[in-house]
Order: sequence, then C-alpha cells, then structure tokens
Amino acid sequence: MTKKADVVIIGGGITGAAVLYELAKYKLRIILVEQEPDLATGTTKANSAILHAGYDALPGSLKAQMNVAGNALYHKLKEELHLEIKWTGSLVVATNDEQLKILYDLKRRGERNGVPSLDIWDGKAVHQSQPNLSSEVLGALWAPTAGICWPFDLCLAFAENAVLNGAEIIRECRVTGFDVDSGTIRMVHTNKGNIETTCVVNAAGVHADDISSLAGDDTFRIFPRKGEYILFDQKVQNALVSIPVFPTPDKMGKGIMVAPTIHGNVFIGPNAQNMDDKDNTAFTNEGMNEIIEKAQTIVPCIPLTQAITEFAGIRAVSDTNDFILGPSLKVNGLFHAAGIQSPGLTAAPAIAQFLVKKIIDKLKPEYNTTWKAGRPRHIYFKNLDYDEQQNLIKENPSFGRVICRCETVTEGEIIDAIHRPVGARTVDGVKRRTRAGMGRCQGGFCGPRIIQILSRELHIPIPEVRKEMCHSYMYFEKKSTKKVICDD
Amino acid sequence: MIKQIYDVVIIGGGPAGLTAAYSAWKNGAKEILILERDWEVGGILQQCIHNGFGIHHFHEELTGPGYAQRCYELIKEKKEIEISCDTMVLKINADKIVTAVNPHNGIFHMQGRTIVLAMGCRERTRGAIQTPGYRPAGIYTAGAAQRMVNMEGYIPGKNIVILGSGDIGLIMARRMTLEGCRVQAVVEICPYSNGLTRNMVQCLYDYNIPLYLSHTIVAIHGKDRVKGITCAKVDAYKKPIPGTEFDIACDTVLLSVGLIPENELSSEAGITLDPITHGPIVNQHRETDIPGIFAAGNVVHVHDMVDFVSEEAEIAGKYAALKAQGRVTGGLADLKIRTDNDIGTCVPQHICIQKNNEIITLFIRVRRPMKHVQITVRNSEEVLSEKHMSAVRPSEMISVSVNSGNMKSRYEDWTVSIREGL
Amino acid sequence: MSTEEKYLNCINCPMGCKIHVTLNADTIITISGNTCPRGEVYARQEIINPQRMLTTTVRIQGGMLQLLPVVSQSTLPKRLIFDCVKVLQGVQIKAPVKMGDVIVHNILNSGVDIIASRDVKEKST
Repeated sequence: MTKKADVVIIGGGITGAAVLYELAKYKLRIILVEQEPDLATGTTKANSAILHAGYDALPGSLKAQMNVAGNALYHKLKEELHLEIKWTGSLVVATNDEQLKILYDLKRRGERNGVPSLDIWDGKAVHQSQPNLSSEVLGALWAPTAGICWPFDLCLAFAENAVLNGAEIIRECRVTGFDVDSGTIRMVHTNKGNIETTCVVNAAGVHADDISSLAGDDTFRIFPRKGEYILFDQKVQNALVSIPVFPTPDKMGKGIMVAPTIHGNVFIGPNAQNMDDKDNTAFTNEGMNEIIEKAQTIVPCIPLTQAITEFAGIRAVSDTNDFILGPSLKVNGLFHAAGIQSPGLTAAPAIAQFLVKKIIDKLKPEYNTTWKAGRPRHIYFKNLDYDEQQNLIKENPSFGRVICRCETVTEGEIIDAIHRPVGARTVDGVKRRTRAGMGRCQGGFCGPRIIQILSRELHIPIPEVRKEMCHSYMYFEKKSTKKVICDD
Repeated sequence: MIKQIYDVVIIGGGPAGLTAAYSAWKNGAKEILILERDWEVGGILQQCIHNGFGIHHFHEELTGPGYAQRCYELIKEKKEIEISCDTMVLKINADKIVTAVNPHNGIFHMQGRTIVLAMGCRERTRGAIQTPGYRPAGIYTAGAAQRMVNMEGYIPGKNIVILGSGDIGLIMARRMTLEGCRVQAVVEICPYSNGLTRNMVQCLYDYNIPLYLSHTIVAIHGKDRVKGITCAKVDAYKKPIPGTEFDIACDTVLLSVGLIPENELSSEAGITLDPITHGPIVNQHRETDIPGIFAAGNVVHVHDMVDFVSEEAEIAGKYAALKAQGRVTGGLADLKIRTDNDIGTCVPQHICIQKNNEIITLFIRVRRPMKHVQITVRNSEEVLSEKHMSAVRPSEMISVSVNSGNMKSRYEDWTVSIREGL
Repeated sequence: MSTEEKYLNCINCPMGCKIHVTLNADTIITISGNTCPRGEVYARQEIINPQRMLTTTVRIQGGMLQLLPVVSQSTLPKRLIFDCVKVLQGVQIKAPVKMGDVIVHNILNSGVDIIASRDVKEKST
C-alpha cells in the first residue's frame, strides 16, 4: 500500500522528533519512520544527558550556534512539554596552571558563542559547592545555564505533542530505498510499503550517510564513535557530585565526567573510541577501566561496589566534525540533519527550527490552526503528595499496586505508559517511560510482571513481548503439551 | 492517620514472615498482621518447585510450594492473624509506624508494638557484576527465569549458559534440561562450586552439564538477542587470564551470582546494617538496634536452607511477641561476637544476656572450603562451645549451639574461631 | 570379562567424598574413597538402581495459576525421569486441586504416583 506525505522524517531520535514537533505546527501531512519498536533507541538513549551551556564548540560553527540557541529554547520548552530537565549548571575543573589557562580560553570562547553568565571559580568555591572533588582541583569554569535531563523523555515529549497534533509515526519501519526522478525525491521505500513524498528529512543518526547514499547523495560520511558509561546507585550521590563536573577538555574532547542523572543516580564516562561497526554498543573491560581511572582524577573515591549498570552509546561523527544541516547538494527535496554528535541533544530544538524554516520556504504551508501546545502529563505516583495518591487509587485501583518496588512504580503508571500517545511496546519502553526496572534490582523482580502487563494490554502472547529492539524476543512457549505424548 | 495498632506487624509473607507469625501467636500475641506484596503468601518458595525442603522443620520432605503451604496452614485459621496480600510496604519508621499501599485500601498506616522484618533477599544482577558486552534480550537472573518457567509456563531460551554455580543456578540447569532446553555450561568464577553437593550431582552430573570452575564470562555477544558468550579462565584474584578465552554459542544467559538481603526499608528506618551480611545487625533474639524491630530470614543474612529461615523466624516471632506484651526487656547488645578471618559471617552479631544458661544458636558461614575443622566459641578464655566438622564450605551454613553460661561473665565479648586440619 | 570403573560424588554430607567403584559386568567388586559407611550404601544404590525424585509442572485450567507444581510421591528410577516429564507435559487438569491429590497414578508403571505440590483454588469469576 502506498501512503502519501508532505514530509517524511527518517529516524526517531531526538533530532527527528524535534523536527516532527516543529513541522506539526503547519498544515502538513508528516510521517516519521523509525526502524525499531520505540523512539530514542540509538544515540539518544545512551549519552551524558547534559544540556550543555555552549562554551565547547568553536565560534562560528553550527555546533556552537545550535547549542546556545537550543539551550535557550529548552528553557521555554520545559514548561510547555513538562520536560524532565533540571537546570543545575555545570563545572569544568582544572588541576594545574596550564588547565586554568584553558578555562579562561573556554570562558572567552563561550562568551563569543553567546553563553550567558560564565564565571571562573577558585578552588575554595569549587570545594564548597562540590566537597568530594579532588583536593588538586584549583579552579573551575561555572556555566549556570547547563542542565541535566532525561533524553528519552525529551524525545518522547516532542513526538507525543506532534502525534496529538496530527503527525504520524510508523515504528519498525526501515527505509530500503528511494525513487529519485530528475534529481528530485518522489518516493520512499520501506519494509512497510511505499510513501509518496517530495520532502525527506534525514535524521538517521549513525546511519545518516547510508540513507543519504540510498538517495544518491554521497557527499559526507558518518564515523561511529563509542562512549562507555558506568551508572551508580542513587544512594551514592552524596559521596560524589550534585552537578555535572567535566575535566578540562583536551584535543580528544570534553573528557570523562562525573555527573548526576535527573533520577538521582550518578554516572561516570564517557570515553571515546572510533569504531568500524555502527551498531557496536558493547561495553568493554578496557573501557570501564579507562573511565574509572580518569574519573578518579575528578573524584578520588568512586564507590565501585555501588555500580548498578554499565552501558555504551554510539555518537555520529561527521567527516567535517560539525553538524551537517540543510538541503542536500545533490538531491532535491532531501534535507540532512546529520553528524549530530554532542551537543546534539541540546541543539535539537534549534536544529529543528533551522531545518523547518528551510522546509516551509520550499513547501509554503499554512499554519496548523488547531495546533495545541503541551502533552498529557506523566503521572509519577512516587512524586505525588498523600492526598493526590489516595484520590488516584480511589479513581483507579491499579495505582495502588506497586509493580517496581525499587522505584515505586505502580501498575497504573505502566498501563498509562502503554496507552499514551507513542506508547510503550517493549519492556525497555515501559522502563524508560516509568523507571520500572531501572533501580538497583534492574528488573529482577518486576521484569516478569511487566511482561505480563504488556502482553495483556497490547493483546499479544507473552512470546511476542520484546525487550527493546525488533528481534529482542524474551520468552518462548514451552514444549507443546498434548502433542508430545504421540511424538515419540 | 494511624488505623490500627497491632502487637506484631510482619513485613513479608514468605517462609520467614509466616513462621514468625505462627511463633508470635504461640507466644501470646493477640493481634498479628502480615503484609505481603504478592497476591498470595509463600514468597519465593512458590517458584522453587523442587524438593528438599522441610526435613528439619516439618520432618517431611517437601517442595517449595508444599513448604509454603505447610507454613500457611499453621496460621490460616487463627483469628489473631490477619494477612494483607497485594500490599506493598512503602515505609517503616523508628516509631514502628508502617506505611503501606494496596489497590483496595489505598495508602494506609499502622503501628506495631513490635515489627518483624521478613522481606527476604533479591538477586544480584549483571550490572552489579560488570559483565562486558551488549544488553540484548536473553539475559535473566535465574530467579526471574525460574518464575517464568515454573509459574507462568514460558522458557527463557533453548541454549543456555548459566553464570554462577549457586543453588538457584544448579536447580535451573536441571529444570531447563527437563523442559527440553540444552544447558551448554555452568560457569563459576570460584575454584569450587557454590551449591550443595546434592545439587551438583543431581542437577549437573546427572545430565552431563559441563561445569567450568575458575572461569567467568568475559563478553556477551548478540545485539537484539544473545548469540553467544566468551568464557575465560581466571587467576587466583579472579581476573580473566588473556589467551584462555573460548566461545560458547547460546541464546540465553542465566545469572546466579548471589543474593543480597533486601534492606531498603530497614535503612530508611535507621536500622544499622552489617556491611558483610548486608542485613541488620541483630542479637540472638533477632532484635535490631531499633528496639522492638526484629528481623528474620534472608533479610538478615542469606540462608542456604529454608528450614534455617524458619528456625530464625521462630526466634524473632517469639521475642517480638514477648516484647509486644512487655514480657521481656533489653535491647540489641550487651556484648559482641567477634570472628576470626576464616569466618565470613556470623549471626547474631550481638548477644544480650538476660538469664543464665540460655541456649543460643549461631549461624556461621566460612570464607573458603576447609576439611576437618574445629569451631570454638569462647567467652574470654572460657570455651563455651566446640564443634568438629569433617568438611565445611562457604555455601553451607553451619549452626553452632552455645550455652550462654553464667551471667557473671557477660561483659566479655565472645569470639568464634575456626581451625583447620585437625 | 573386563572390569569397569566409575567415580561418584557422595551427597550425604559436605565432605563430598569422591568414591571409586570397580565393576565386573553389573557386579560391584570394590568401593573405595568413602570416609564413612554411608558412602558405601550410597555408591551401591547409585550403581545398581539410581533413584531420583521428580518435580515438574502440569498445565491447570480455571485456577489461580497457569501451572500446578507436581512431585513424585517417592523416588523413581533415574532412567525414567525424562519419559515421566514427557508424560506430564501432556497432562492438563482442572482446578481446584489439593496438595497431595494424585495427578498421575502409577506413572509409567513405576508404582509411583505423581501428586500435587500445593493447593490451587478455582479462579473466582
């Protein structure tokens, strides 16, 4: 079956979702295609979850421009979309005079980029703020506009709002090719059928160059770079840091940081390894040792026994080392949002506005007059006060059944996560929307229960419930019953 | 906000909680409440369908569900004992006020004159043991898989590698084999197995399942679903030895890498935990350092046999009942029990002596397998108890009975020591 | 006739003695390695007629659970274990069930009944 769309967005990460959100403000038929069963399963799911202030990128680069603009946009979007963001500020610490000099360079660079209120703190002020930092820290660059966030929630928020405003998201939909006629896009081929369109946004993350090639544009390449992290139990936060702390950056990048997560855990990481395989998110012993060693230069006492999980993410590095944004030079109707590595999460809303401006210049659509801001609020039982909790349970008793004891997540929240716009279809999808299974037992207790709820609510048999990716089936039917007797 | 005051509020309706309730009832408590998070009582026993339970406590060999049912039958007709299932305890405080929630009552509060903590333990996970690799589907704790296989009727995969040779891992190796799956290997980082000999023989050797001692999984392969693992030999410090790696194709990895007492509620209430057992520090009556809060079973320390859980819960239930009725006083400790290096854990950690010649049972685990040992409990220089054993292993709990003797010497700490090769 | 050797792990106590048995055809010639008489008894049983308890599950309809745990009332010949499991995989019963109820009588003519490990009540509708 052939569908029709004014714009097709390829890739359901933060960039694709932000573009979808901006485009939904116009009277356009928009389809976002995502190859996995959920959004945010690529680079968006495994990164530092920092909304950067914007002092890192070179002045004049797209990264610098989009970072600072994106950071400012999130300050507004947080209210509209109830985003899980905490404006903590961040520190870059120096442990010798040479590094101190670099901090002043960074401050100047940040000011040129338009980052507000940067300040240099002396060692005393740093230790007053973060008492667990190494005694060798001599000073720090303070960036008050930085924040921490839940990237998955940001991505989902954009998508949920867009879907409520009429956009369509097709999941488990893999692009297999394009029809390009006299240099112009006409059709997108997918495993779920064709979509007739003249405008495609390439937000395919590490696969953006492959998608571009399929359409006949070979002008850039994406190199996957892996970053590994270790996540610690919530109870160690007092022993580590309460705001993100970076080392002084060097040629290799921003370095290995120590930072809180929005949910009260602490992580260390990431390292940076150039990879051949774009899907290699395996974490390694070497990587773990490297990040532990380097994190100890910031916080000497890392409570390694309190590690609850390790993970790795892939960043999409372009051959220009900057974002690649805007219309393809080869194919009419193809718009790139490629090479979106750090600070891509922060930059996403600005990237979206930048690209959407170019798309509406081309398509000249009317405004979507029925467009509505916001999205349905998530209910987090744990964060409600006593009366709210009581009323909720009275209204819907499933909020009185705690499924995940580590994070106090109720059955009601899990059911909501499945049935809300762009709802969860997988165990990890439930986990990222509700935190069920993210705690210290990592789903040991609630895992089987969540599988049952997914099976019941989605009307699928248990063997069809998946963990995260397309083929990540979890349980199988037992050897069949009746037949067995006759078999042998 | 407090609905009701109970003599004894018991957190958890597994074997520890059920036995504690019965014991509290036998010792005169009139209002006893069990709070259980699952839809029925019995706890983890309901998924442990194998036999081997109950020989000590019920003098008959039972399966896990059978043991749970025996425990339940002892209390189900007792009007003094109330059971609230489908109920999660959210909080306990030092005033012994318990906050809980369930779909029928919403959030409710109750106060116990005493409380018995019986929350059991949870399984260690892959993250906590830092296995490198992807995070594909097909990696489960042995207990989570056991629940799916034995209670829901689904299998986690067809070609299985089990990491860790604890009893749950061994039992699952047999279970999966009987379900028609192929268990490719059990991989154990220690140079010895961490399960009972009987389980080694009847779960592994019976089915020719290879056991790799002093080995660990160094990588897990597969992106969507597990495709295999890389296994390597480890040195004396449990570090993988480069060059010893080999691959095993499998679609499932089950983790049986240890249990941790479940003490988030205890910590929040302000109860002091033992950094070695990860459970509350208790005296011989299983009273914690918050007077009137007792603890029993795997929440105190991980037991090898449920019969010992019940033995401990009888003590906790009894003293919780007596204390609720004002029939005993005294707190955590008069003196401590000190242990030598070869002893891993010893519960109780403290002794509160209130009468002469009290018989006190110490539950001990050793750090390494030893043969022909003598375990000695001393009060200063005086030997209180001696026990000879032909062999001891870290996986098997040792119980040593001690007569507390005469009260006059009660202010001396006790020491427990072990000597090998006698 | 040539002699055959077998090694067994005694399961009676934590010693876990490695017992060495030599056989001629089916006749035990020597038993060594055990440190107590229980080891010899165990070895004889294991060589002549090894026995095991069987625990597994059967499907149950209309109950509070999907599966009913079951257990052999006494030990079964070890060689019958897999065949018994196959029989039980084909069994489906109806709730309610009481602990001790016979689920399969005299399984595979072994003289042993398979019984319910626990009660399963009917699902309230």
